Amino acid sequence: MTATVATKPLFAMYWAASCGGCDIAVLNLNEKLLDVAEAFDIVFWPCATDGKYADVEALADEAIAITLFSGGIRNEENERLARLLRAKSQVLVAFGSCACEGCIPGLANLRHVGDILDTAFEGPSTENPEHLRPVARFDAPEGVLELPMLLPTLRTLDQVVPVDYFVPGCPPETARIAEVVGLVIDALAGRAALPPRGSVLGGGHSTVCDECTRTRNVKRISRFTRIHELAVVDPQLCLLEQGIPCNGPATRDGCGALCPTAGAQCIGCYGPADGVIDYGARLLSAFASVVDSDDPERIAEILDGIPDPVGQVYRFSLAGSLLGAARQAWSFDSAPSPERPVDAPPGPDREPVAVGASQDAR
Amino acid sequence: MNDTPFEPVIVGFTCNWCSYRAADLAGTARVKYPPNIRLIRLMCSGRLDPTFVLKAFAEGADAVLVSGCWPGECHYLEQNIKALRRFELLKRVVAGLGIEPGRLQLVWASAAEGQRLAREITRVVEEVRALGPLDWGGRHAATTALAAAPPDSAAAPDANTEPEPEPAEVTA
Repeated sequence: MTATVATKPLFAMYWAASCGGCDIAVLNLNEKLLDVAEAFDIVFWPCATDGKYADVEALADEAIAITLFSGGIRNEENERLARLLRAKSQVLVAFGSCACEGCIPGLANLRHVGDILDTAFEGPSTENPEHLRPVARFDAPEGVLELPMLLPTLRTLDQVVPVDYFVPGCPPETARIAEVVGLVIDALAGRAALPPRGSVLGGGHSTVCDECTRTRNVKRISRFTRIHELAVVDPQLCLLEQGIPCNGPATRDGCGALCPTAGAQCIGCYGPADGVIDYGARLLSAFASVVDSDDPERIAEILDGIPDPVGQVYRFSLAGSLLGAARQAWSFDSAPSPERPVDAPPGPDREPVAVGASQDAR
Repeated sequence: MNDTPFEPVIVGFTCNWCSYRAADLAGTARVKYPPNIRLIRLMCSGRLDPTFVLKAFAEGADAVLVSGCWPGECHYLEQNIKALRRFELLKRVVAGLGIEPGRLQLVWASAAEGQRLAREITRVVEEVRALGPLDWGGRHAATTALAAAPPDSAAAPDANTEPEPEPAEVTA
C-alpha cells in the first residue's frame, strides 16, 4: 500500500479504547464513503482495511492529511498509537466521545486498575482456578510474546497528545460526520477554510434542550425517578419536569435531540456544551437547582432518587472532567479498596499492573 | 519530601452580604482564626458554580468551605437555598470520587457572627489537618505521568493550555 506513490492525501482512522461504534458510524456514510475514497488514499484503518502499524511507522512525519482517532487511552498500545499518529498526521481529530472525554470506558476511572483486573479475571462469572493474569512478557517455546499493559487510568486523547479538532458523540451522528468529511474535502480543495484549531466539529453550540421539541415550563421536581418506573410518560412534556434525570441541559446539541424525541432521557453522549468546563458540575447544578424543597432533609430525600450521582452526571465525561478520576484510581494509593477481595492471591502474575512494571516495559 | 508540618490549604467561598461581612467582623474584632483559609467573595452563595469547587480540588485545595446567609436571610430571596440544594448533590458526587465529606463543608453565617465563623473555620482547618493532604493535582498527575511520560518530549501536553486559535492547514 505504501509502495504506491500517493497522489491523493492520506486518510487514517484508528480505534484505541473504544467499542468500534465510531468506525461503524463512519461506515454508515454509505455512498458518501465513495467521496472519502475519491478524495483520499486510506492508508490505515484497522476496522476496514489491512494496514499495519509498520506501514504508519514507515511514513514521513505529517504524511497523513487527516486521522480520525476514536477511543480513549487505556493501555500502552493506545498511547503508542496516539503518539505515532500525532506525529504522522497534519490534522488529528479526536473522534467520538471516548477520544473527546473518555465515554463509558472512562467510568473505569472510578476504580483502581487492580480492581478492574480482579473483576475481569476473578469475577463471579469467571472461572480462573489458576488465577491467571495478563503479563507484559511471556517466554513461550516459540518466542517471546508481549502484551500492552493497562495504564492506571483512562485518559482522553488531548490529555496525551495535542489534538486539532473534536468530533463529539457516542457515536457521532452520521449526518454530522458527513458534514465534517465534506468540510475537510472542501478545505483540501481550497474551497473552504477549516475553523480554528481546538474547535468542535460536527456539533452545535448550544444544548440538547435547545433542539428538543418537548414543552418546557418552570421546573420544580419533587421526585426523581427512572423512566421505567413511571406509569405514564407524558409524550409532550419535558422529561426533566417529569422527574426523569435528563442530561439535556448540560449536553452539546448536534444529535437532533434523538433520545428525548424518542421518549428516552438524554444521557449526555455529545459531551459538554459550549462554555461548560466540567460537565458534571453543570449538570448537577441543573438538577439540584430545581429540587422542590427548602428543607435539607427533604432535599436529601428527593436527591436519593438519583441512586448513582457520579454515573449520572459523568456517564460520558469522567475522564475529561476537572477531577479526571476518582481518588481510588490513583495507582500509588495501593491500599485495596473495601470491595477488593483481600484474599486474592498475590504472586508474580499480579505484578504487571503496577505502574513501575509499565515503565519497565517501556 | 520535607519535614514541614502539613498546613492545609482551604478555599472558602463567602457571600458579599453575610459571611464575608462576618469574616470582616472577625477581623475588626481581632478574633483569631488560622490563616489556612483563602476567602473568595461572591455576591451570593447562589453564585457558587460547583465547577469552582471541583477546580479548587483539582488545583490543590485540601478542602472547600462554602458559606452564605442563613436560610431565609438571603439578599436575593432564596439563592442560598439553591446553593444548599446544589451543595447536597455536589457532596454526593464528590464522595463518589473518593473525597472525604469533611473536605467539603457548608457553614451559614450572618454578618453578626464573626466569632462563630472564626470558630467554624478553626474547626474545619483542624478537621482537614487531621485528614491530611489531598493534593489532587499533584498525585493525579503523578499517577498518569508515571506511566505516560513521553520519553522524548519534555513538553507534556497541558490540558489547561488553550490551543492556538489558528486554522489547521492541510496540504495535499
